[in-house]
Amino acid sequence: MFLTEGIRSLGKYFILLGKTFHKPENWREYRKALVRDLELLGLNSIGIVSIISLFVGAVVTIQTAYNLDDPLVPDYYIGIATRESIILEFSPTIICLILSGKVGSNIASTLGSMRVSEQIDALEVMGINPAAYLIMPKVIAMVFFNPLLIVISMFLGILGGYFAAEFAGVLAPVDYLQGIQSDFNPFYITYALIKTVVFSFIITTVSAYYGFYVKGGAIEVGINATKAVVSSSIAIIVANYVLTQILLV
Amino acid sequence: MIEVKDLHKGFGGQEVLKGISTKFHQGKTNLIIGQSGSGKTVFLKSLVGLHSIDKGEIYYDGERLASMNDDQRKSLRTEMGMVFQGNALFDSLTIEENVIFALGMFSDMTQDEMTERANFCLKRVNLENVNNKFPAELSGGMQKRVALARAIAFKPKYLFCDEPNSGLDPKTAIVIDNLIQEITQEYNITTVINTHDMNSVMEIGDHIIYIKYGIKEWEGSSEDILNTENESINDFVYSSELFRKIKAKL
Ligand SMILES: Nc1ncnc2c1ncn2[C@@H]1O[C@H](COP(=O)(O)OP(=O)(O)O)[C@@H](O)[C@H]1O
Ligand SMILES: [Mg+2]
Repeated sequence: MFLTEGIRSLGKYFILLGKTFHKPENWREYRKALVRDLELLGLNSIGIVSIISLFVGAVVTIQTAYNLDDPLVPDYYIGIATRESIILEFSPTIICLILSGKVGSNIASTLGSMRVSEQIDALEVMGINPAAYLIMPKVIAMVFFNPLLIVISMFLGILGGYFAAEFAGVLAPVDYLQGIQSDFNPFYITYALIKTVVFSFIITTVSAYYGFYVKGGAIEVGINATKAVVSSSIAIIVANYVLTQILLV
Repeated sequence: MIEVKDLHKGFGGQEVLKGISTKFHQGKTNLIIGQSGSGKTVFLKSLVGLHSIDKGEIYYDGERLASMNDDQRKSLRTEMGMVFQGNALFDSLTIEENVIFALGMFSDMTQDEMTERANFCLKRVNLENVNNKFPAELSGGMQKRVALARAIAFKPKYLFCDEPNSGLDPKTAIVIDNLIQEITQEYNITTVINTHDMNSVMEIGDHIIYIKYGIKEWEGSSEDILNTENESINDFVYSSELFRKIKAKL
């Protein structure tokens, strides 16, 4: 029962993907939608991502400093540990989880309201493919913008660590600066950005799925927005494990 | 002309439309009447292909809807205009953007030409100076009129209106009704209107279909409806005290 329901939903999700990636009826109109979505879903996330990254970077540095409080471990290791935590896990995974809450609920509730107020039907009657017109620009906006956002997050996270060194005095700023420049593996950035692209695709398509197929009214829109966040978060966590296995091991 | 043959549609074992057949002619206002819950909206949505039907055939000018491929269906849809029961205006777009939406998507008109067309359609429904407002800033009746302006912007061959004057005051309701009829005749459109409003029936009912519990109980013109012996439709027509009194006087 539970299993067949799951398989049916998965089937419907892939059918929706099939409808979504179609040739636009008119490139100009789709570009307009893309610009709107870049602003709504991308630019509007810079603020929250910046604040969170700065503070988490600082906290990670302080905690690492306390945990590595061993005279045999040189202080610059703290810089290395902070850098690796931020680049490998915090920026791509945790920020994307936060975005699944912010952007995912936005997508699901917008599409859900459009469904229950018959706006999606109206598009369809006009001869427009509503899945393509409404979902594709959001996927493209997220998949291309989020890597930039994650790079900003990495930079600010590491900067937050520097502030912790400077102002909390947990280690000498020179040691921190030396740390973040030591033993750097550029592939980690690639790994993080691949994760970001996959997670962004998950956030937009899974939330779009929950929004697009709402049946009922305002209450169902709310329920599906919650389901969208829960499901995309779980999907991100599972994909994170799989990608790490594949890319790092 | 739209032809419907033995249309059946249900949801999860519950049959809503139980075999409806009829023809809708060009240049005529075809009215579907019936009590709330009788299946009017389901019928209209089945007609335009928003609901997949369980059984039966729908022909648009002789072309079978079910046999059309995606492209044919899309091009048929560019010839349709529809006013939904709840207006279904795009709430993130301005009134003007709503009205010209299909034009922007499917025509190669310039922005100026589209604006001009928007102004023309909005004026046609007696709306002015609302181009840059958003749907939420308009009253229900104004939203209805915008929905109608949007439906006619692309010069449709087929116009579908689901309760176009529900929730309007009687005066505005008649304005909307007459407008739909005028447009229908002027552009020779095949128009199908859902309504439960007897005023509309008398005002613009060229061809009327009465649906009860998903079955076509009666079909005829607005003159026929006053003289029919069919009890079921008389029950519907004379459900209001006013009409009963008028009938007694005649
Ligand atoms: N999507 C749907 N799923 C299940 N039942 C539906 C759906 N749409 C309409 N119905 C049912 O079909 C019947 C007719 O509804 P409708 O066509 O909306 O009536 P109306 O004549 O007032 O427009 C109602 O009993 C309604 O509950
Ligand atoms: Mg209805």
